[in-house]
Amino acid sequence: MLIIGEKLSIIAKRVREAMMKRDKGPIQEIATRQWKEGSGMIDANIGPAEDGGEELMEWMVTTIQEVVPLPICLDTTNYKAIEAGLKVHNNEWGRPLINSTSNDPERFPMLELAAKYNSQIIGLTVGKGGLPADVEERAAIAAEIMARAMEYGVPLEDIFLDPLVLQIATSQDHAIKVIDAIKMFREMNEPPMKTVVGLSNISNGCPKHVRPILNKYYFIMLMNAGLDAAIADAHEMAEAMQEKQLVDDILAGKKIEDAEKMKVIQKTLDVIMNKTLYAHSYLEM
Amino acid sequence: MAFAAPKETFSGKVFEVTIGTDKTAVFGGENVLPFHAFEGSVPHRPVIAYEVQDIVPDDWPETVRKVYEGVSGDPVTWAKYCQDTLNAKAIALRLLSTHPDRENRSPEEAAKTVKDVLAAINVPLIILGSNHVEKDSSVLVAVSEAAKDKNCIIGKAQEGNYKTIAAAAMANNHRLIAMSELDINLSKQLNILITQMGFDKEKLITDPMCSALGYGLEYTYSVMERIRLAALTQNDATMQPPMLADVGMYVWKIKETQASDAELPLWGSLQERGITWEATTAASFLMSGAELLIMRHPEAVKAVEKFIDELM
Repeated sequence: MLIIGEKLSIIAKRVREAMMKRDKGPIQEIATRQWKEGSGMIDANIGPAEDGGEELMEWMVTTIQEVVPLPICLDTTNYKAIEAGLKVHNNEWGRPLINSTSNDPERFPMLELAAKYNSQIIGLTVGKGGLPADVEERAAIAAEIMARAMEYGVPLEDIFLDPLVLQIATSQDHAIKVIDAIKMFREMNEPPMKTVVGLSNISNGCPKHVRPILNKYYFIMLMNAGLDAAIADAHEMAEAMQEKQLVDDILAGKKIEDAEKMKVIQKTLDVIMNKTLYAHSYLEM
Repeated sequence: MAFAAPKETFSGKVFEVTIGTDKTAVFGGENVLPFHAFEGSVPHRPVIAYEVQDIVPDDWPETVRKVYEGVSGDPVTWAKYCQDTLNAKAIALRLLSTHPDRENRSPEEAAKTVKDVLAAINVPLIILGSNHVEKDSSVLVAVSEAAKDKNCIIGKAQEGNYKTIAAAAMANNHRLIAMSELDINLSKQLNILITQMGFDKEKLITDPMCSALGYGLEYTYSVMERIRLAALTQNDATMQPPMLADVGMYVWKIKETQASDAELPLWGSLQERGITWEATTAASFLMSGAELLIMRHPEAVKAVEKFIDELM
């Protein structure tokens, strides 16, 4: 399982300020911590970056790779910024990953970059028209992305299909659909297509103490479905791995010793599988 | 071999709620989807309450305002008229005058109105605030006390004021409407928060927020439908209180119930249009699972009662 460290995002205030001031300290500190905690790649999310995106992405890639021997996941909708990042990326630490192409024509040129710079690329299974309604729609979009990748000369093994995790607090029925989509994506090629998710979106909008719980157990269920990579908090995922056996036992219908833990896991799995209706206080019921 | 229609049965059941003390009204109690008596038990008809205000309804369109012309100057007369002449099974008294942008009447004045209305009628009373989050939290506390042990419904408790209102409803033995804004997960959350205060879940009524036909009815419909499915298929006790559709106030403020025949000749008679709009909106919410309706026009109420007769 490849963990793509998620903490370097422009959405976080501290990171945004460091990006604006070109202050290497916080960026390198966060990147180093994620590496030590088990990330195999670092996500550099600079947002839409319409002004000065090229220079910013270049700075991010070199700043991170100065201290961390890992490849970078280049996360922006700005084509030129992606290219600038790819040009300076140190491939000695592994191949970069473009985040992302999709079924929106505006995102097709990202495939050109993947081919030109021998980069891996995320194929987000959304179109221009909005969010996918179900597993079948996600698979249909995946097939189109795969066909287009071949046209552009991007090998299928360089693509990570992303079924798009939605917030459980508002789109509960999609949690299980994403798990099923991972299974279906894998069947779409031999060897199986690779898959990735932006994990923590599942708990976006949930109370702070509930977020890691949902992230961890959802991660394990996705892993069981065959997930290859997750943009996630490496520290949280390491914790998840320690609890994997407990979750698997509960999924197999067994009882575990720690009754309190059992309740938390069972309730969370039920919410993920849409067996009980989500509410912010679901753990207290 | 004879054909046997397949039956869908559920593990969950909607709570049965009785309101009032003298003449009572009962709703809820079913363990099937709305009107599916052929699959299980539908022990009670939905209840329609007539809306009465403590202020002259000069913002109501003429179609519905003129029905109450002689009585709407005084909530006691108005409520008695609904009970005695229109055979209302319940009255919903909306204390609109307490709203800071209206008369800004005090909680004490509201409490007196409630006492006067209660003394004049024997059908159950639903007591509604002005939907002003801060003001309601003092008004609804005062009226709960004024109506102590009369087994009324108090409403509406929302995320921003549920604590004081639920505590007052609990202390004075009333039922409570919990209203959230068109979101099933927030609706469940509010019911959880209220029951965590010690409020009996079987005394709750869920209001997922109403809307008129053409103005988001399908959102309310879908949320109600999913609430009912969670109650029945998942046996989710937090979603088993009966549901309210506060129809009249949403229907009688839209263009379709106000634009004159001359203005929009293709839309047909304004009189018929308004009544049909209220009846159709109300009937739709009965289909999505509402057990309690608040309505305004007697002809619309009559049409919906007939609709219920045919489905029961």
